[in-house]
Amino acid sequence: MGIEEKLPSGVLLTTVEGVAGYFRKASFWPATFGLACCAIEMMTSGGPRYDLARYGMEVFRASPRQADLMIVAGRVSQKMAPVLRQIYDQMAEPKWVLAMGVCASSGGMFNNYAIVQGVDHVVPVDMYLPGCPPRPEMLIDAILKLHDQVQHTKLGVNRQREVLEQETQQLNALPTSEMKGLLR
Amino acid sequence: MPTLKEQFWDPVAGFGVTFRTMFRKVVTEQYPKEKKPTAPRFHGRHQLNRWPDGLEKCIGCELCAWACPADAIYVEGASNTEDARFSPGERYGRVYQINYLRCILCGLCIEACPTRALTMTNEYELADATREDLIYEKQDLLAPLLPGMEQPPHPMRLGNDDGDYYRGTFRRQDDETGEATQ
Repeated sequence: MGIEEKLPSGVLLTTVEGVAGYFRKASFWPATFGLACCAIEMMTSGGPRYDLARYGMEVFRASPRQADLMIVAGRVSQKMAPVLRQIYDQMAEPKWVLAMGVCASSGGMFNNYAIVQGVDHVVPVDMYLPGCPPRPEMLIDAILKLHDQVQHTKLGVNRQREVLEQETQQLNALPTSEMKGLLR
Repeated sequence: MPTLKEQFWDPVAGFGVTFRTMFRKVVTEQYPKEKKPTAPRFHGRHQLNRWPDGLEKCIGCELCAWACPADAIYVEGASNTEDARFSPGERYGRVYQINYLRCILCGLCIEACPTRALTMTNEYELADATREDLIYEKQDLLAPLLPGMEQPPHPMRLGNDDGDYYRGTFRRQDDETGEATQ
Protein backbone atom coordinates (compact mmCIF):
# COMPACT_ATOMS: atom_id res chain seq x y z
CA MET A 1 0.00 0.00 0.00
CA GLY A 2 1.16 3.51 -0.75
CA ILE A 3 4.03 4.98 -2.63
CA GLU A 4 6.55 2.32 -1.61
CA GLU A 5 5.10 -0.29 -3.93
CA LYS A 6 5.24 1.94 -7.01
CA LEU A 7 8.93 2.70 -6.60
CA PRO A 8 11.59 0.89 -8.64
CA SER A 9 13.91 -1.37 -6.70
CA GLY A 10 16.93 0.23 -5.13
CA VAL A 11 15.05 3.33 -3.96
CA LEU A 12 14.66 3.78 -0.24
CA LEU A 13 12.14 6.06 1.40
CA THR A 14 12.43 7.62 4.83
CA THR A 15 11.12 10.54 6.82
CA VAL A 16 12.76 13.92 7.27
CA GLU A 17 12.93 13.12 10.99
CA GLY A 18 14.76 9.89 10.29
CA VAL A 19 17.34 11.54 8.05
CA ALA A 20 17.84 14.47 10.41
CA GLY A 21 18.27 12.08 13.33
CA TYR A 22 20.78 10.05 11.34
CA PHE A 23 22.80 13.12 10.43
CA ARG A 24 22.66 14.54 13.92
CA LYS A 25 23.78 11.40 15.64
CA ALA A 26 26.63 10.88 13.19
CA SER A 27 28.12 14.32 13.72
CA PHE A 28 28.41 14.89 17.44
CA TRP A 29 30.93 17.57 18.26
CA PRO A 30 31.72 17.38 21.95
CA ALA A 31 32.76 20.45 23.92
CA THR A 32 35.88 20.21 26.01
CA PHE A 33 34.58 20.13 29.54
CA GLY A 34 36.91 18.02 31.62
CA LEU A 35 36.77 18.95 35.28
CA ALA A 36 38.49 16.11 37.13
CA CYS A 37 39.73 12.55 36.83
CA CYS A 38 36.91 11.52 34.45
CA ALA A 39 38.52 13.85 31.91
CA ILE A 40 41.51 11.51 31.76
CA GLU A 41 39.22 8.66 30.70
CA MET A 42 37.49 11.01 28.26
CA MET A 43 40.85 11.86 26.69
CA THR A 44 41.70 8.17 26.52
CA SER A 45 38.45 7.57 24.66
CA GLY A 46 39.58 10.09 22.07
CA GLY A 47 42.99 8.45 21.79
CA PRO A 48 44.03 5.72 19.36
CA ARG A 49 43.05 2.75 21.50
CA TYR A 50 39.35 3.50 21.90
CA ASP A 51 39.17 6.03 19.08
CA LEU A 52 36.03 8.13 19.20
CA ALA A 53 36.90 9.11 15.62
CA ARG A 54 35.09 5.93 14.62
CA TYR A 55 31.91 7.86 15.46
CA GLY A 56 33.07 11.13 13.93
CA MET A 57 33.64 12.92 17.20
CA GLU A 58 37.38 12.94 17.80
CA VAL A 59 37.62 16.73 17.77
CA PHE A 60 36.79 18.11 21.20
CA ARG A 61 35.86 21.67 20.34
CA ALA A 62 37.40 24.38 22.49
CA SER A 63 34.56 26.77 21.67
CA PRO A 64 31.05 25.89 22.89
CA ARG A 65 29.60 27.64 19.84
CA GLN A 66 30.95 24.85 17.65
CA ALA A 67 29.86 22.03 19.90
CA ASP A 68 26.57 20.21 20.36
CA LEU A 69 27.43 17.65 23.03
CA MET A 70 28.69 18.61 26.46
CA ILE A 71 30.37 15.74 28.28
CA VAL A 72 30.53 16.97 31.87
CA ALA A 73 33.46 14.92 33.09
CA GLY A 74 34.10 15.33 36.78
CA ARG A 75 32.68 16.89 39.92
CA VAL A 76 31.12 20.34 39.49
CA SER A 77 31.83 22.68 42.37
CA GLN A 78 29.37 25.39 43.34
CA LYS A 79 31.75 27.94 41.88
CA MET A 80 31.92 26.09 38.55
CA ALA A 81 28.13 25.77 38.23
CA PRO A 82 27.47 29.24 36.70
CA VAL A 83 30.36 28.69 34.27
CA LEU A 84 28.86 25.34 33.27
CA ARG A 85 25.49 26.97 32.70
CA GLN A 86 27.02 29.75 30.62
CA ILE A 87 28.88 27.30 28.42
CA TYR A 88 25.67 25.33 27.97
CA ASP A 89 23.80 28.50 27.02
CA GLN A 90 26.47 29.41 24.49
CA MET A 91 26.14 26.09 22.69
CA ALA A 92 23.97 26.16 19.57
CA GLU A 93 20.74 24.16 19.40
CA PRO A 94 20.27 21.20 19.16
CA LYS A 95 22.47 20.27 22.10
CA TRP A 96 22.85 17.39 24.47
CA VAL A 97 24.46 16.87 27.86
CA LEU A 98 26.13 13.68 29.04
CA ALA A 99 26.88 13.53 32.77
CA MET A 100 29.99 11.39 32.93
CA GLY A 101 30.86 9.73 36.21
CA VAL A 102 29.01 9.59 39.50
CA CYS A 103 30.15 13.05 40.64
CA ALA A 104 28.65 14.81 37.64
CA SER A 105 25.54 12.62 37.76
CA SER A 106 24.64 12.97 41.43
CA GLY A 107 27.55 14.31 43.45
CA GLY A 108 28.82 10.79 44.05
CA MET A 109 30.77 10.30 47.22
CA PHE A 110 31.19 14.06 47.66
CA ASN A 111 27.97 14.71 49.52
CA ASN A 112 29.02 18.11 50.84
CA TYR A 113 28.42 21.83 50.48
CA ALA A 114 31.17 22.40 47.91
CA ILE A 115 29.91 20.09 45.17
CA VAL A 116 26.74 20.42 43.09
CA GLN A 117 24.72 17.25 43.75
CA GLY A 118 24.31 16.37 40.10
CA VAL A 119 24.59 18.65 37.08
CA ASP A 120 20.88 18.19 36.42
CA HIS A 121 20.43 20.91 39.02
CA VAL A 122 22.05 23.28 36.52
CA VAL A 123 21.46 21.93 32.99
CA PRO A 124 19.12 19.28 31.55
CA VAL A 125 20.96 15.96 31.33
CA ASP A 126 20.20 13.49 28.54
CA MET A 127 22.37 10.58 29.65
CA TYR A 128 23.76 9.60 33.01
CA LEU A 129 26.89 7.48 33.10
CA PRO A 130 27.86 5.93 36.44
CA GLY A 131 31.36 4.78 37.31
CA CYS A 132 34.25 6.31 39.19
CA PRO A 133 35.71 7.02 36.71
CA PRO A 134 33.87 5.11 33.98
CA ARG A 135 36.19 3.22 31.67
CA PRO A 136 36.35 4.37 28.05
CA GLU A 137 34.11 1.51 26.98
CA MET A 138 31.45 2.78 29.37
CA LEU A 139 31.71 6.28 27.86
CA ILE A 140 31.43 4.88 24.33
CA ASP A 141 28.45 2.81 25.44
CA ALA A 142 26.78 5.92 26.88
CA ILE A 143 27.46 7.85 23.69
CA LEU A 144 25.95 5.03 21.62
CA LYS A 145 22.85 5.02 23.83
CA LEU A 146 22.66 8.78 23.32
CA HIS A 147 23.01 8.21 19.55
CA ASP A 148 19.98 5.99 19.76
CA GLN A 149 18.07 8.68 21.63
CA VAL A 150 19.08 11.36 19.10
CA GLN A 151 18.09 9.16 16.17
CA HIS A 152 14.54 9.05 17.49
CA THR A 153 14.25 12.74 18.33
CA LYS A 154 11.20 14.34 16.77
CA LEU A 155 11.22 17.53 14.73
CA GLY A 156 9.12 20.68 14.43
CA VAL A 157 5.56 20.53 15.74
CA ASN A 158 5.99 16.95 16.92
CA ARG A 159 8.98 18.00 18.98
CA GLN A 160 7.09 20.92 20.50
CA ARG A 161 4.24 18.60 21.40
CA GLU A 162 6.68 16.12 22.92
CA VAL A 163 8.37 18.85 24.97
CA LEU A 164 5.02 20.17 26.18
CA GLU A 165 3.92 16.70 27.18
CA GLN A 166 7.14 16.00 29.06
CA GLU A 167 6.92 19.36 30.79
CA THR A 168 3.36 18.81 32.02
CA GLN A 169 4.39 15.34 33.13
CA GLN A 170 7.28 16.75 35.13
CA LEU A 171 5.19 19.57 36.60
CA ASN A 172 2.56 17.12 37.78
CA ALA A 173 5.10 14.61 39.06
CA LEU A 174 5.22 13.89 42.76
CA PRO A 175 8.14 15.70 44.41
CA THR A 176 10.78 13.41 45.82
CA SER A 177 10.23 14.72 49.33
CA GLU A 178 6.62 13.54 49.22
CA MET A 179 7.33 10.12 47.75
CA LYS A 180 6.19 7.23 49.84
CA GLY A 181 7.77 3.81 49.69
CA LEU A 182 11.21 2.80 48.64
CA LEU A 183 12.36 5.55 46.29
CA ARG A 184 12.02 8.36 48.81
CA MET B 1 74.43 26.70 12.42
CA PRO B 2 72.66 23.34 12.03
CA THR B 3 74.68 20.59 10.41
CA LEU B 4 73.72 19.03 7.09
CA LYS B 5 72.39 15.95 8.91
CA GLU B 6 70.11 18.07 11.08
CA GLN B 7 68.88 20.01 8.10
CA PHE B 8 68.14 17.18 5.69
CA TRP B 9 68.24 13.76 7.32
CA ASP B 10 66.47 14.37 10.64
CA PRO B 11 63.12 15.49 9.15
CA VAL B 12 63.10 12.38 6.94
CA ALA B 13 63.98 10.19 9.92
CA GLY B 14 60.93 11.63 11.68
CA PHE B 15 58.69 10.36 8.91
CA GLY B 16 60.41 7.01 9.28
CA VAL B 17 58.51 6.56 12.56
CA THR B 18 55.23 7.21 10.77
CA PHE B 19 56.17 4.78 8.01
CA ARG B 20 57.13 2.01 10.42
CA THR B 21 53.87 2.38 12.33
CA MET B 22 51.92 1.59 9.17
CA PHE B 23 53.18 -2.01 9.38
CA ARG B 24 52.39 -2.43 13.08
CA LYS B 25 49.31 -4.12 14.42
CA VAL B 26 46.42 -1.68 14.93
CA VAL B 27 45.78 -1.04 18.63
CA THR B 28 42.24 0.30 18.22
CA GLU B 29 39.57 -1.79 19.92
CA GLN B 30 36.36 -2.15 17.92
CA TYR B 31 34.43 -1.75 21.14
CA PRO B 32 30.72 -2.37 20.59
CA LYS B 33 31.41 -5.05 17.96
CA GLU B 34 34.25 -6.85 19.72
CA LYS B 35 34.17 -6.53 23.47
CA LYS B 36 37.47 -7.24 25.13
CA PRO B 37 37.04 -9.14 28.40
CA THR B 38 37.77 -7.13 31.52
CA ALA B 39 40.23 -8.14 34.19
CA PRO B 40 38.88 -11.22 36.03
CA ARG B 41 38.41 -9.29 39.29
CA PHE B 42 37.01 -6.16 37.64
CA HIS B 43 34.72 -4.08 39.84
CA GLY B 44 31.51 -3.99 37.86
CA ARG B 45 27.82 -4.12 38.70
CA HIS B 46 26.91 -5.87 41.95
CA GLN B 47 25.21 -9.22 42.30
CA LEU B 48 23.30 -10.73 45.21
CA ASN B 49 24.21 -14.40 45.33
CA ARG B 50 22.15 -17.45 46.21
CA TRP B 51 22.76 -20.75 47.95
CA PRO B 52 22.68 -23.83 45.68
CA ASP B 53 19.01 -24.42 46.60
CA GLY B 54 17.98 -20.90 45.61
CA LEU B 55 17.76 -19.29 49.06
CA GLU B 56 19.31 -15.83 49.23
CA LYS B 57 22.64 -15.38 50.94
CA CYS B 58 21.84 -11.84 52.08
CA ILE B 59 20.87 -11.67 55.74
CA GLY B 60 19.96 -7.98 55.80
CA CYS B 61 22.70 -7.00 58.27
CA GLU B 62 23.36 -3.63 56.56
CA LEU B 63 27.12 -3.95 56.95
CA CYS B 64 27.50 -3.12 53.24
CA ALA B 65 25.46 0.04 53.73
CA TRP B 66 27.65 1.01 56.69
CA ALA B 67 30.86 0.34 54.78
CA CYS B 68 29.77 2.33 51.75
CA PRO B 69 31.72 5.61 51.56
CA ALA B 70 29.19 7.16 49.21
CA ASP B 71 25.99 6.06 51.03
CA ALA B 72 24.83 4.35 47.86
CA ILE B 73 23.32 1.25 49.48
CA TYR B 74 19.99 1.09 51.25
CA VAL B 75 19.00 -2.11 53.05
CA GLU B 76 15.96 -3.00 55.10
CA GLY B 77 16.06 -6.36 56.84
CA ALA B 78 13.08 -8.43 57.88
CA SER B 79 12.58 -11.65 59.80
CA ASN B 80 12.17 -15.00 58.13
CA THR B 81 9.15 -16.95 59.25
CA GLU B 82 8.50 -20.65 58.90
CA ASP B 83 5.89 -19.92 56.21
CA ALA B 84 8.04 -17.54 54.20
CA ARG B 85 11.75 -18.26 54.30
CA PHE B 86 14.03 -16.29 51.97
CA SER B 87 17.42 -17.06 53.52
CA PRO B 88 18.73 -19.58 56.01
CA GLY B 89 18.79 -18.16 59.52
CA GLU B 90 16.75 -15.45 61.18
CA ARG B 91 16.82 -12.48 58.84
CA TYR B 92 16.84 -11.63 55.17
CA GLY B 93 17.18 -8.44 53.16
CA ARG B 94 13.64 -7.37 52.34
CA VAL B 95 14.64 -4.17 50.57
CA TYR B 96 17.95 -3.88 48.80
CA GLN B 97 18.77 -0.85 46.69
CA ILE B 98 22.02 0.33 45.17
CA ASN B 99 22.10 3.81 43.71
CA TYR B 100 24.55 3.56 40.83
CA LEU B 101 24.68 7.33 40.56
CA ARG B 102 26.42 7.34 43.96
CA CYS B 103 28.25 4.02 43.85
CA ILE B 104 31.93 4.39 43.06
CA LEU B 105 32.43 0.63 42.60
CA CYS B 106 35.19 0.58 45.25
CA GLY B 107 34.27 -2.87 46.58
CA LEU B 108 34.23 -2.00 50.29
CA CYS B 109 30.72 -3.47 50.51
CA ILE B 110 32.09 -6.75 49.14
CA GLU B 111 34.75 -6.80 51.83
CA ALA B 112 32.19 -6.03 54.50
CA CYS B 113 29.71 -8.75 53.53
CA PRO B 114 29.88 -11.56 56.11
CA THR B 115 28.08 -14.19 54.04
CA ARG B 116 29.62 -13.36 50.64
CA ALA B 117 26.14 -12.51 49.48
CA LEU B 118 27.30 -9.41 47.64
CA THR B 119 29.89 -9.76 44.90
CA MET B 120 30.70 -7.86 41.77
CA THR B 121 30.22 -8.93 38.18
CA ASN B 122 32.19 -7.92 35.12
CA GLU B 123 29.26 -6.07 33.65
CA TYR B 124 29.88 -2.36 33.11
CA GLU B 125 27.39 -1.01 30.59
CA LEU B 126 25.27 0.95 33.03
CA ALA B 127 24.46 4.27 31.33
CA ASP B 128 20.81 5.30 31.41
CA ALA B 129 18.67 8.33 30.69
CA THR B 130 16.96 8.88 34.04
CA ARG B 131 18.03 8.88 37.66
CA GLU B 132 15.25 6.49 38.69
CA ASP B 133 16.45 3.80 36.31
CA LEU B 134 19.89 3.83 37.89
CA ILE B 135 18.63 2.90 41.34
CA TYR B 136 18.88 -0.88 41.09
CA GLU B 137 16.49 -2.79 43.31
CA LYS B 138 16.70 -6.28 44.69
CA GLN B 139 15.15 -7.96 41.67
CA ASP B 140 17.70 -6.28 39.39
CA LEU B 141 20.64 -7.33 41.53
CA LEU B 142 19.74 -10.91 42.47
CA ALA B 143 21.63 -13.67 40.68
CA PRO B 144 19.56 -15.61 38.14
CA LEU B 145 18.18 -18.95 39.22
CA LEU B 146 20.46 -21.72 37.99
CA PRO B 147 19.21 -25.25 37.28
CA GLY B 148 18.41 -26.95 40.57
CA MET B 149 17.55 -23.69 42.29
CA GLU B 150 14.09 -22.82 43.48
CA GLN B 151 12.56 -19.38 43.80
CA PRO B 152 12.31 -18.45 47.49
CA PRO B 153 10.37 -18.44 49.79
CA HIS B 154 10.85 -22.12 50.54
CA PRO B 155 12.21 -24.08 53.51
CA MET B 156 15.90 -24.94 53.90
CA ARG B 157 16.61 -27.83 51.55
CA LEU B 158 20.31 -28.39 52.11
CA GLY B 159 20.57 -28.61 55.89
CA ASN B 160 18.72 -28.74 59.13
CA ASP B 161 19.61 -25.24 60.26
CA ASP B 162 21.56 -22.20 59.07
CA GLY B 163 24.75 -23.54 60.66
CA ASP B 164 24.88 -26.29 58.03
CA TYR B 165 24.76 -23.64 55.32
CA TYR B 166 27.44 -21.43 56.83
CA ARG B 167 29.83 -24.30 57.65
CA GLY B 168 29.29 -25.79 54.21
CA THR B 169 28.37 -29.18 55.67
CA PHE B 170 25.29 -29.63 53.53
CA ARG B 171 27.01 -31.65 50.82
CA ARG B 172 28.24 -34.28 53.29
CA GLN B 173 24.74 -34.57 54.75
CA ASP B 174 23.33 -35.23 51.33
CA ASP B 175 25.82 -38.05 50.80
CA GLU B 176 24.97 -39.67 54.14
CA THR B 177 21.25 -39.66 53.47
CA GLY B 178 21.92 -40.96 49.99
CA GLU B 179 20.06 -38.19 48.24
CA ALA B 180 21.01 -37.33 44.70
CA THR B 181 23.35 -34.37 44.47
CA GLN B 182 24.61 -32.58 41.43
